[in-house]
Amino acid sequence: MEKDHFLLSMLVNNEAGVLTRISGLFARRGFNIDSLSVGETENSSISRITIASHGDDYFKEQIALQLRKLHDVKVVELMDLGSTVRRELLLIKVKIDDTTSRSQILEAVNIFRAKIIDLSPVSLTIEITGEKTKLEAFIEYLTPYGVSELCRTGVTAIGRGNYILKTKINEEENSNGEHVL
Amino acid sequence: MKLTGAQIVIEALLEQGVDTVFGYPGGTVLNIYDELYKASDKIRHIITCHEQGATHAADGYARTTGKTGVVIATSGPGATNTVTGLANAYLDSTPLVAITGNVACPLIGRDTFQEVDITGVTMPITKHNYIVKDVHRLAAVLREAFQIASSGRPGPVLVDIPKDVQAAVCDFKRKPVPASKRLEKIDPASLEKAVKLIKDSKKPFIYFGGGVVISDASKELMEFAEKLGAPMGSSMMGLSAVPNGHPLFLGMTGMHGRFAASKVLSLSDLIIAVGTRFSDRATGNKSEFSKNRRILHIDIDPAEVGKNIPAYASLIGDVKQALRLLLEAGIEKASGSWREEVEQIKSMPDSHLGMDMEKLNPQAIIEDVCRQSEDDWNIATDVGQHQMWTAQYYKFKRPRSFITSGGLGTMGFGMGAAIGAAIGTGKRTVLFTSDGSFHMNMNEMATAVSLNLPLTVILMNNNALGMVRQWQTMFYGSRYSQTTLNRQTDYVKLAEAFGAGGIRLTDKDKIGAVLAEALAAKGPVLVEAVIDSDEKVLPMIPPGGTINDIILKG
Repeated sequence: MEKDHFLLSMLVNNEAGVLTRISGLFARRGFNIDSLSVGETENSSISRITIASHGDDYFKEQIALQLRKLHDVKVVELMDLGSTVRRELLLIKVKIDDTTSRSQILEAVNIFRAKIIDLSPVSLTIEITGEKTKLEAFIEYLTPYGVSELCRTGVTAIGRGNYILKTKINEEENSNGEHVL
Repeated sequence: MKLTGAQIVIEALLEQGVDTVFGYPGGTVLNIYDELYKASDKIRHIITCHEQGATHAADGYARTTGKTGVVIATSGPGATNTVTGLANAYLDSTPLVAITGNVACPLIGRDTFQEVDITGVTMPITKHNYIVKDVHRLAAVLREAFQIASSGRPGPVLVDIPKDVQAAVCDFKRKPVPASKRLEKIDPASLEKAVKLIKDSKKPFIYFGGGVVISDASKELMEFAEKLGAPMGSSMMGLSAVPNGHPLFLGMTGMHGRFAASKVLSLSDLIIAVGTRFSDRATGNKSEFSKNRRILHIDIDPAEVGKNIPAYASLIGDVKQALRLLLEAGIEKASGSWREEVEQIKSMPDSHLGMDMEKLNPQAIIEDVCRQSEDDWNIATDVGQHQMWTAQYYKFKRPRSFITSGGLGTMGFGMGAAIGAAIGTGKRTVLFTSDGSFHMNMNEMATAVSLNLPLTVILMNNNALGMVRQWQTMFYGSRYSQTTLNRQTDYVKLAEAFGAGGIRLTDKDKIGAVLAEALAAKGPVLVEAVIDSDEKVLPMIPPGGTINDIILKG
């Protein structure tokens, strides 16, 4: 993990166009989105967006401040990576030419604790979840066999134990009075 | 009661206390305009020549009155014509609500006639925007739009309403608007740190901006400066917050600011920045600006702290409230030697601006208008050299009397803005403009005439795009690329063609008499003053420069 990488988790109103607002803000302020994942939370009117980005302290601070100005954003948290669990999902399709490569691939699947989700005479499709480094190691291992295609979801993250994002909404609202900005 | 969406729009406006809107009708807003017709005894609608003029008018109205401006436009080209005006309001933090029509919901996304994704287009230039696809949400959205536009750091909000939503019916109940907005509580620890910072400084300098005008904090600012005995300088947007003659006020700082203001800032050890965002026009070389001094940044928008200039300490909140708290915390006068140093710089010859009074020049014209003006007049400008001269030479008499496009620097802002100011205040409005800017939105002269507004347009004609030409002279080897205008416009005849008065001024000895006539006229009058195209805006600190790079003579 490079030292200037950071992870932002946010809770936003589940309104049409909210993702456009967030990604548009990154674009026009000159910030980078390395990966993005989004989905509804246990409260269907709220979505959770996780963005992996990189940049120095100036960028880290500014992007969080700018995001908080958006009306649809309820909470922005620069995740404390030491107290955060990160996961990404990868679907990868490998060519199988002969039985040797197939068994070697199966071995790797077991070692990496991945799953085979599709099998055809010419290819094998594998599902694997884990941290970025694990996925990259897996891809590196499979590459010589011939990867036909792969798709990654981008990282999502959740805090450990009592590190709960929605409790931060009340903190922000209480310290600021009304969320007037 | 059961109301249509269009009726709900009117009711929501009335709920907010809106009595004036600017706009231009069209196909997808026919329903709204029908309701406006029926409510014409309660809401005055001003139609302009172009939606851009209407948006600038709503902006000028908001700046002078402090109320939220409202502009209504139809879909497609009507909506896109508001874009420049919205961007302008966004960058200068003006409270505006724009209501646009759109094609009916089933037709959206099919390239229907006069359909545009205006929420997509305006996302980056509004505080927030909405497209309302369900009439049951309309009232809540409109209420929220006004709340967002006028609270915290103000800004424009757009509400897009498809035609079928305007026609649909639902229940509506009036809701009183909350009487006063709850202000953010200022963090006591930050306040303590700020007070200590001020106490420890030996050479404090107060730098204020548009936030002081928006917050109506002139009184608190002057009290604060007097208590501290600290010199003050302002950004262009801060002008009018403090009367020009105030003994502690050194004038505008920045690229075209006063020598004394920039010089004193460069010698300070603490800049108390109040309601300003450190635009590149104001800071010059950013690292030099922050070197050898600390910055205490007082602003309502936390994202501004550290955005352009790193702050040693900050106070986040309404600046009026923040200044009041600082005053109550007990601060003392800064050292006498600092005040002496400041007085010495004020009296240096470099501190004095002045144009060649042997010919008809902008300074003489601006100063004469100022001499003849009443305290309640509004002064608007377009963008360019004339704007800078107005900022330098006009002595503004009351807060909110200076209407100018700062952040976006929109040529053509002037006519619409002046109309909005005149409508909002009912007082005489003087627009300083130039041949370049005036040609952009001069169509709105027809609007001013139709309303018989007390508008005096002072057009400084140098047959050039002056500010660009100045840069070409100073930095591009006098290669005047597309800045010499070969136009033959007869501005006097043009004004008369619109139905306004027109006077040409060429003789410096006639300034007083010509302006007296123009400023006393009942309806709009245009005065064309022919000036030298080599006239420069000075002083100038070139981009990325410091006080050591200041150009005093051209």
